[in-house]
Amino acid sequence: MARDYLPLLLQIVVAIIFAASALGVSVLVGRTGKRTRAKDMAYECGMIPQGEVQPRFSVKFYLVAMLFILFDLEIVFMYPWAVVYKEQIAHGSTIFWSMLSFIAILMVGYVYALKKGALNWQK
Amino acid sequence: MYSWLILSSLAKIVGILFVVILPMVSYTVYAERRVSAFIQDRPGPNRVGPAGLLQPIADVVKLLIKEDFTPAGVNTFYYWLAPCLAMMPSIITIAVVPFGSTLFDVPMVIADVNIGILWVFAIGSLGVYGIVIGGWASNSKYPFLGGVRSSSQMISYELSLGLAVIPIFMLVGKLRLTDVVRYQIDHGWFIAPFIGDWANPVKWLLAIPMLISFFVFMVAMFAETNRLPFDLPEAEQELAGGYHTEYSSMKFALFFLGEYTAMIAGSAVMVTLFLGGWHFPGIPDGSHGWIFGLTNIVVFFAKVTALLFFFIWVRWTLPRFRYDQLMRLGWLFFFELALVNIFLVAGILACFHV
Repeated sequence: MARDYLPLLLQIVVAIIFAASALGVSVLVGRTGKRTRAKDMAYECGMIPQGEVQPRFSVKFYLVAMLFILFDLEIVFMYPWAVVYKEQIAHGSTIFWSMLSFIAILMVGYVYALKKGALNWQK
Repeated sequence: MYSWLILSSLAKIVGILFVVILPMVSYTVYAERRVSAFIQDRPGPNRVGPAGLLQPIADVVKLLIKEDFTPAGVNTFYYWLAPCLAMMPSIITIAVVPFGSTLFDVPMVIADVNIGILWVFAIGSLGVYGIVIGGWASNSKYPFLGGVRSSSQMISYELSLGLAVIPIFMLVGKLRLTDVVRYQIDHGWFIAPFIGDWANPVKWLLAIPMLISFFVFMVAMFAETNRLPFDLPEAEQELAGGYHTEYSSMKFALFFLGEYTAMIAGSAVMVTLFLGGWHFPGIPDGSHGWIFGLTNIVVFFAKVTALLFFFIWVRWTLPRFRYDQLMRLGWLFFFELALVNIFLVAGILACFHV
């Protein structure tokens, strides 16, 4: 078991080393220029930055993130179901109806979110 | 016992990363510029070397010796962390994808784990952190908006991405990606029923949901890699570059490396799941001689290259979506289509017991 996962660990280590060395080489080789006030400013197409640095944004982004967690969990439940589906369906259709009822319950929540306008971005 | 495993996997990792992926990334950038020029009827970069073929090398040197500038207003630690986080997940994802059969009896996959596709999604979805942290740490308006947009776009399309592949694992019965390829060698590619035992009518019936799966997966992959028509996180005309506006030099290059590696990793997963992996009708696997093992690898990357060309082609063909259209398409159309598709496959399997 551990033998299978060892190469994955190696791959992660190689990726980290590669990213760190790319940044390191760039610091060593890259030239350094003068710092000026205009250069240090946040870029706003050449204008002097105005207002708050990080503006307020729509609460919809949070809503989408929360809905994502709900539905992504549902998808995770479907993987083990999918893997055993073919051998179980030979013994009767219980496995089909159980997942259909699970999805039907979830769809109630999905329709509720839709009716509440959680995914309506035009408002 | 472990030393041989470590040595052979290190050889594969370094070979794949430095001999295949990195040159492929730089030449995809070059191809992107040349193909876009070709589509728009202009020459494109053609001065450095013959037909501009040395352009990527010149670009790398230029990006390396540029000033490595960190603006005053940024959150320094996260500003430096973000490019690394944007690039690493796509490189790590490639580890579980079988890119060939065997070469000198060594299996051509870095890690043949039994959770295959789960690893792809688990690590692949971490890519959003690089972009969100980069946008947030820059402390500037355009990167911030780009980061917020990309976070909800990428997580929205991850639902369709995850649902689209479930029909495949219902047929294969295992999550290991080498098993998916082996199944396709025995039963024909999932979206090409004419390969293998073509006279089986159930296979033709199953090709319909498989084509739907392929379509949903492909579109979701476009959204995950922030490519046109879904490139809202970095829409130049409205966000001046989006999440990487404040980046320069190698940190900027790492963001682009991440984006193009994600394209390659996504195409590789797509080839493995739907297009038969390294298999091509008539070419035996690597156990018949090293020349066939090498051919399998070439076939795999030829398929990946064809998909990459398709990515570029679409970019210069379709206009960009509006944000509300994008979200509606993801949540209302593709999510439901993928869900119905699963029950379509479940129904076919229940009726015909393939």
